[in-house]
Amino acid sequence: MLNVKDLVVNYGAIQAVKRVSFNVQQGEIVTLIGANGAGKSTLLHTISGLMRPASGSITYLDQPIQKLAAPKIVRAGISQVPEGRHVFPGLSVQENLQMGAFLRQDHAAVSQAFEEVYTYFPILKKRRHQDAATLSGGEQQMLAMGRALMAKPKLMLLDEPSMGLAPLFISEIFDIIQAIHQAGTTVLLIEQNAKQALKVADRGYVLASGQVKLSGTGAELLATPAVQQAYLGG
Amino acid sequence: MQTFGQQLINGLSLGSIYALLALGYTMVYGIIKLINFAHGDIYMLGAFWGYYSISYFHFNFWLALFSAMVVCAIIGVVIEYFAYRPLRHSARITALITAIGVSFLLENGMSYLVGANARSFPQAIRVVTYHWLGLRVSNIQLLILGTACALMILLEVIIKRTKMGKAMRAVSVDPEAAQLVGINLNQTISFTFALGSAMAGAAGVLIGLYYNSIDPLMGMTPGIKAFVAAVIGGIGSVPGASLGGFIIGLLETAVQAVGLSAYKDAVVYFVLIVILLVLPAGIFGKRTREKV
Ligand SMILES: Nc1ncnc2c1ncn2[C@@H]1O[C@H](COP(=O)(O)OP(=O)(O)OP(=O)(O)O)[C@@H](O)[C@H]1O
Ligand SMILES: [Mg+2]
Repeated sequence: MLNVKDLVVNYGAIQAVKRVSFNVQQGEIVTLIGANGAGKSTLLHTISGLMRPASGSITYLDQPIQKLAAPKIVRAGISQVPEGRHVFPGLSVQENLQMGAFLRQDHAAVSQAFEEVYTYFPILKKRRHQDAATLSGGEQQMLAMGRALMAKPKLMLLDEPSMGLAPLFISEIFDIIQAIHQAGTTVLLIEQNAKQALKVADRGYVLASGQVKLSGTGAELLATPAVQQAYLGG
Repeated sequence: MQTFGQQLINGLSLGSIYALLALGYTMVYGIIKLINFAHGDIYMLGAFWGYYSISYFHFNFWLALFSAMVVCAIIGVVIEYFAYRPLRHSARITALITAIGVSFLLENGMSYLVGANARSFPQAIRVVTYHWLGLRVSNIQLLILGTACALMILLEVIIKRTKMGKAMRAVSVDPEAAQLVGINLNQTISFTFALGSAMAGAAGVLIGLYYNSIDPLMGMTPGIKAFVAAVIGGIGSVPGASLGGFIIGLLETAVQAVGLSAYKDAVVYFVLIVILLVLPAGIFGKRTREKV
């Protein structure tokens, strides 16, 4: 479904992503794990069209997308839940969700999407008239996920959804990711929380200093000594 | 008491014009963090459009007002497209200097095209003065106040209730996240310039009617005062800009009323300094840290 090939992304003179290749098949949960500064968010931003690669290609459903602007990529069915939530403060929860459906014209389908999101995240329904800025970190994460779902994506990109959340909240978020996946959305999950990510993932890639160092099924990577040492605390 | 009431009415009429202008400054600043120094000149163009459309096309007042808003909206969008958009990723100071350049271009361009002398604005509406509780209120003042308030309410509804208005707010607070949900930055920024410039165009026609005299440099001082109004209200805040406009209008009128006309501009700047010392973010400004 998504095929990234020899991707190079620079910030001026700094090469943040160095010839990365990986793919995501329809119906999978694929995880990319890596330490701070490995280039994970840069990669996602490039897929989402916020950054342009210096070289390499990104193919989605057999179409090259590395030259498309961000709104076109959303329209094609790729939605990102950015690192650090990035909900819109000053807009209510409901307005944030409405912005998630910015490109959709079909009102009936949009109200249905609202219902779906409120089923995944009942707390958002309770808070729907509240300013998004007043939500707790965990609730903001849910709102950011809900907002991405409003576009009815075929492929959902999640950038460190567990960042800064309490363990109980983390497992709830992971449960919901699995539920979203079960409902038919392909998932590319970026995590530093490698253990949990590899448990739910079909396949995973380990990214370090802008390069793919290892890849395999979730179970294989969990069992790899190098991964255990570097990401699972020995 | 009577004088007070009289000055209050004068101050509110003038203030509503500053408020209309301040809205454009604050919206543009909110979305691209640019102080659009050419904004006062859009107001001048609105006044000239009003002048020509009434004198030569024989538009009535409402048609002149409406067409000035449309024309200024287009001019605002065109200026953003050619002057500011190419600098979107440059340092802020570059865009700021460009804005000053655009302002000079409009002022001198108009002086060249139509001449630098002041001309009298056609009386599209016959002035009727009402005497009421010892106050003199002209129909023009009521018209200005009413039209300005109606436009501000309209703007508030657009920003709060419509999809484009919400997109504007989303882009103002987080342009990256806005793109990630599919909002087109360029379209949203154009929309903001259109709205702000339309308000300036309306203000230009209203001031023409009020002061009866227009010239190519007429936008300079009101432009700066409206900018001050936006800062006092909290730059980026729409209700703040309206409130700031009324504060400046009332203040200026009050200073004139006590016989200090010569200092009216100085007082405005003095108040700006005091407010910024007490409330650095303005009255409605958010005191949150600014993202760098
Ligand atoms: N705007 C920027 N300008 C310059 N360099 C940047 C910029 N953003 C990121 N980088 C650099 O690019 C590299 C990759 O950053 P990136 O944010 O993609 O890492 P990450 O894997 O997402 O890290 P984290 O887990 O901390 O989110 C880092 O070395 C970082 O310093
Ligand atoms: Mg990151």
